[in-house]
Amino acid sequence: MQQLFNGLLIGSFYGLVAIGYSMVYGIIKLLNFAHGDIYMIGAFSGLVFLSIVSPYIGAGWPALILGMLITMLLVGLLGVFIQRVAYRPMLKAPRLSILITALAVSMILYNTVMLLSAGRYRAFNVEISSESFYLGALRLTETRVVLIVAAFALMFIMHMFITKTMYGKAMRAIALDRDTCQLMGIDVYKIIALTFFVGSALAAAAGIMAGVYYGTIHFYMGFLIGLKAFTAAVIGGIGIIPGAMLGGLLLGLLEAFGTQIPFIGTQWKDVFSFAFLILFLIFKPNGLLGRSESERM
Amino acid sequence: MSEPILSLKNLETRYGQIYALRGISMDIQEGEIVTLLGANGAGKSTTLKTISSLITASAGSVTFNGREITHLHPHTIVEMGVIHVPEGRMIFKELTVKENLELGSFTLHDNDIRKQRLERVYGLFPVLGERQQQMGGFLSGGEQQMLAMGRALMTEPKVLLLDEPSMGLAPLIVNNIMDIIRQINKDHGTTILLVEQNAKAALKLATRGYVLETGEIVMEGSAEELSKDESIVKAYLGE
Repeated sequence: MQQLFNGLLIGSFYGLVAIGYSMVYGIIKLLNFAHGDIYMIGAFSGLVFLSIVSPYIGAGWPALILGMLITMLLVGLLGVFIQRVAYRPMLKAPRLSILITALAVSMILYNTVMLLSAGRYRAFNVEISSESFYLGALRLTETRVVLIVAAFALMFIMHMFITKTMYGKAMRAIALDRDTCQLMGIDVYKIIALTFFVGSALAAAAGIMAGVYYGTIHFYMGFLIGLKAFTAAVIGGIGIIPGAMLGGLLLGLLEAFGTQIPFIGTQWKDVFSFAFLILFLIFKPNGLLGRSESERM
Repeated sequence: MSEPILSLKNLETRYGQIYALRGISMDIQEGEIVTLLGANGAGKSTTLKTISSLITASAGSVTFNGREITHLHPHTIVEMGVIHVPEGRMIFKELTVKENLELGSFTLHDNDIRKQRLERVYGLFPVLGERQQQMGGFLSGGEQQMLAMGRALMTEPKVLLLDEPSMGLAPLIVNNIMDIIRQINKDHGTTILLVEQNAKAALKLATRGYVLETGEIVMEGSAEELSKDESIVKAYLGE
């Protein structure tokens, strides 16, 4: 029960990051290696915001929620900016060129933060009660409950956005056929920019939540979660948004339960995840919700 | 004659060094049905793609309602009311019929009007109404063509560019599609530029036609003249 809760919580972070990974892949067929670093930037921006406002409004839930919204907005805009200067000029270039550009963007982002943070672990201090209480056999803290509710709420909003709004429908349509979308009067570049905004904002939200959850953040924290988000996106079927959420949750659960198996301690958690990635790539490369075979990077 | 609604002047399009259109000119009046005939590779589809700006013209101009649209973005041209239904229908196979139609009205920002237009398209193509929750890919060829046309009608186009609407369809369904094109033209005064391999059906429907050969217009005239012309009969009507 406890593992189920932990798995879902970590899995929802993976899911939020994986959504952006998967959306960008779906729409411009780019594996955005810089996406994990966007998550890291989100965590640092949140920390900077909190340290600025905490003398005035403290660092409790109101400050945190405000900080999350503002960070989502700013990091979303950063995502759009990166898209505009780094990726858009490369859209007509061979796919390998844009992939290398993404690696470069990733390095620029984490090196910048490394310099600014002096490469040290930073404490993500919040003034939130860490007292635990029991719900049956389940040991919970206020923080964990709020985090999991927030993560699931974001995923739900995302799902509604994608299925119900015209912009969401346009995103799915562009993933299927970009030229035809132009004939529908859709400004494809605008929708691509919007995709980066939404994906980056969600990753930033996950970054802050991870900061609150783990208590420390580090300039390299985006690397591993970038890979995990990629794994989650592949498990769910890359390019498919509900698949990314499902893949993220599943991966979280796998890690939580996998490390309970005797002789496999928590230090084997990552090996466990990536072994799963390899199994999926061999036996079900289209992922759980994936459809027909299509061209892949 | 009044000012044409759509006018091409010495339009040239190239794919790299290869000319697909070698300076074609045509004038289309509001409310006309004009057909563009020609063999495979003559440049018919390229003409439509150049008008809708999916391909950029290398020289010449396209004018719509007196305004030059040659170098505008495809989505701006759609907003102005020139809608291109591409060859092979190009419906979104993994979206529902209803979502396909809604995307046709992407430029519209009023949900009430969108609903009215949906109802009207369902009136014109009842089968789409019955299947609105199905995936586009599950429709038959004729139904997909109806969906592609219905999707184009969601914007209430002034000019409709139709690329091979009869391709791969059974003769009975071709007749059905042609009737619907005539009805769209009659009910809304929509100007239609029809590219067709099926010259017989196209000349029955159109008022005028142009014949395209390796990127040049080699003949133009009323549908009646063209369907009596010996070279056309030999080359395209197969009689």
